[in-house]
Amino acid sequence: MRRHLKWLILASLIFSAGRAFPQDASDERAPDTMQARVLACAACHGQQGQGTNNDYFPRLAGKPAGYLYNQLLAFKEGRRKYPPMNYLLAYLPDPYLQRIADYFAQERPPFPSLPAPSVGADVLARGQRLVTSGDPDHHIPACASCHGAALTGMEPAIPGLLGLHSEYISSQLGAWRYGTRTAAAPDCMQLVAARLTDDDVTAVAAWLSSLPAPSSASPVQRDAIKMPLACGSEPK
Amino acid sequence: MSGVHVRAFHFVGRFIGPLIGSLIGPLVGHIAWRRAWTAIWLGTALGVSASAAHAAQSSTDVIARGEYLARAGDCIACHTVPGDKLFGGRRPMVTPFGTLYTPNISSDKEYGIGKWTSEQFYTTMHNGRSRDGSLIYPAMPFGSYTKVTRADSDAIFAYLKSVPPVKQRNKPNELRFPYNNRSLLLGWRTLYFHEGEFVPDKSQSIEWNRGAYLVQGLGHCSMCHTAINALGGSSESQAFEGGLIPMQAWYAPSLTSNKEAGLGEWSTEDIEALLRSGVSHRGAVYGPMAEVVFDSLQYLSADDIRSMAVYLKTLPQRTADTSPAPAAAGSAKAGLEKAASEKDRQYQLGSKVYDAQCAVCHGAMGHGKPPDFPPLANNQSIQMTSAVNPIRMVLIGGYAPGTALNPAPYGMPPFAQILGDEEIAAVVTFIRTAWGNHGAPVSIKDVNDLRSVPAE
Repeated sequence: MRRHLKWLILASLIFSAGRAFPQDASDERAPDTMQARVLACAACHGQQGQGTNNDYFPRLAGKPAGYLYNQLLAFKEGRRKYPPMNYLLAYLPDPYLQRIADYFAQERPPFPSLPAPSVGADVLARGQRLVTSGDPDHHIPACASCHGAALTGMEPAIPGLLGLHSEYISSQLGAWRYGTRTAAAPDCMQLVAARLTDDDVTAVAAWLSSLPAPSSASPVQRDAIKMPLACGSEPK
Repeated sequence: MSGVHVRAFHFVGRFIGPLIGSLIGPLVGHIAWRRAWTAIWLGTALGVSASAAHAAQSSTDVIARGEYLARAGDCIACHTVPGDKLFGGRRPMVTPFGTLYTPNISSDKEYGIGKWTSEQFYTTMHNGRSRDGSLIYPAMPFGSYTKVTRADSDAIFAYLKSVPPVKQRNKPNELRFPYNNRSLLLGWRTLYFHEGEFVPDKSQSIEWNRGAYLVQGLGHCSMCHTAINALGGSSESQAFEGGLIPMQAWYAPSLTSNKEAGLGEWSTEDIEALLRSGVSHRGAVYGPMAEVVFDSLQYLSADDIRSMAVYLKTLPQRTADTSPAPAAAGSAKAGLEKAASEKDRQYQLGSKVYDAQCAVCHGAMGHGKPPDFPPLANNQSIQMTSAVNPIRMVLIGGYAPGTALNPAPYGMPPFAQILGDEEIAAVVTFIRTAWGNHGAPVSIKDVNDLRSVPAE
């Protein structure tokens, strides 16, 4: 009996040793998490969507899920054009895009410290005026009148404007003006951006990028703000 | 997203894959179902006329079968602009000869094929001639579709006639002289087009024949996986041995039994998993093949996918892997010592980049975490002679397609924006030569040439 036991122990040792190699080689699975699934996004947008030092890759974290989903869908279908994004999303099902949007919408990483804008005090003052009060003479509503007094956006589809590099903001406003970025009709941002001058764009982008992190990064609740104009992306 | 390239496919629609299987399968069992199905597509071979089989089915069944076959043929890939109306056409196909715009094949009587007859449709599929008799450019894979049976062609036609009409005029092609002269196609057809329906090989199993029918016919796999020459033709002697996809800068790997580059070491199960779900324990699909899986293969029945895998496993390798080697591979001739020290330096840098950027998913030893993080060690697409695919994957990354079996795929990040050409050349050289991989090194120029190619 004892001899049998010895053989049994020996055999089980050999068996387990034999199994060790394939486990090392290929049995390990990728983590079953959204964080692991969106590693492809992290190289440009940061692991939690906090953004990176690159001027043109925006922060995603904390933006409303509806806004992020609209952008993912627009990139997938080519309505928003940026080949690296169009390519990455081309063969992803819409429900999965929603999960990706939900993931980044829930993240709350710290805000980055952005480089101080290299513009004069007068330009910053103009930016502040446009952001907080708009320019009634030119029918330009204040950014805050839709994006919220804290500029953290509104559920479900109006994005926050903080933590973004000024280059990113001005390039997006430019894209709205020239029609290379569009949204569901009525395309309110296209209407607003078309009324801005180049100097307005520079001023708004500089002021927004100079603002400190908000006390709460969350967008305000749906319908919390009475918007001055209708937007196709923001359902009533 | 500027358009489809001649050799890219896709597709959309609802799948009716196991239609016949779900109706008949439970009653008569797998083998008998297979026989019944075979009788339909082999038609006259088993003494059942195609028209009799056709008549036996209700028109709904024919339309459902046509939809399934249209998926297998990936009609949607070229004939639908992503996000636009089904089969409305106008998708640009960039070719070395200019840009073609696919025609509207919806049921619209004015702009689509609403006024066509099934006979005219079959002539297009089988013989590459349009309704008015004009020759069709071989961007339409009639060289493959010629193998499709009349019954299957009729089913696809019935399905297309059932989809909503799209009122959208065709867009004229923009081909350069002399390719805009269709009479040139007569010469092309003489050289490269062999008309004729699929003829079953009686020495092979029903399963093998079904797979061959799908791979050679509707699947039109040879459009990418057989190399084409400057005239846009392909040689049968190099069938399925792989080739660079023109205008797209992706290399379609060999499907033959070649151990280095082909499917020689793949199990049938791994091939099935790759085709149906987009991922497998040997590797995943990206780029043009992700589109094929997303639009077409994920909708095929498990039986049909298995048949394709069974057939693919038997493809012989006729010639050696002749894909173009990266420029760096030739540098060894310039001076062995210099090349050796350069290779060593590149390997060291590559190893450092790998540990910092890649090892977290692909593992210190390149084993990956399959199927979601693909293995790089002993992965043919990494070490095959052409280095285009690994270089592009590092530059632009990619997601495996989201499929019914893998609805939330993992993705590879693009590194073009954080790694320079030298670092990418080094890390690709590293993964091509580490862990027993025996690929050739790649040069900085190889990477630089591909950096400017838009992600697609």
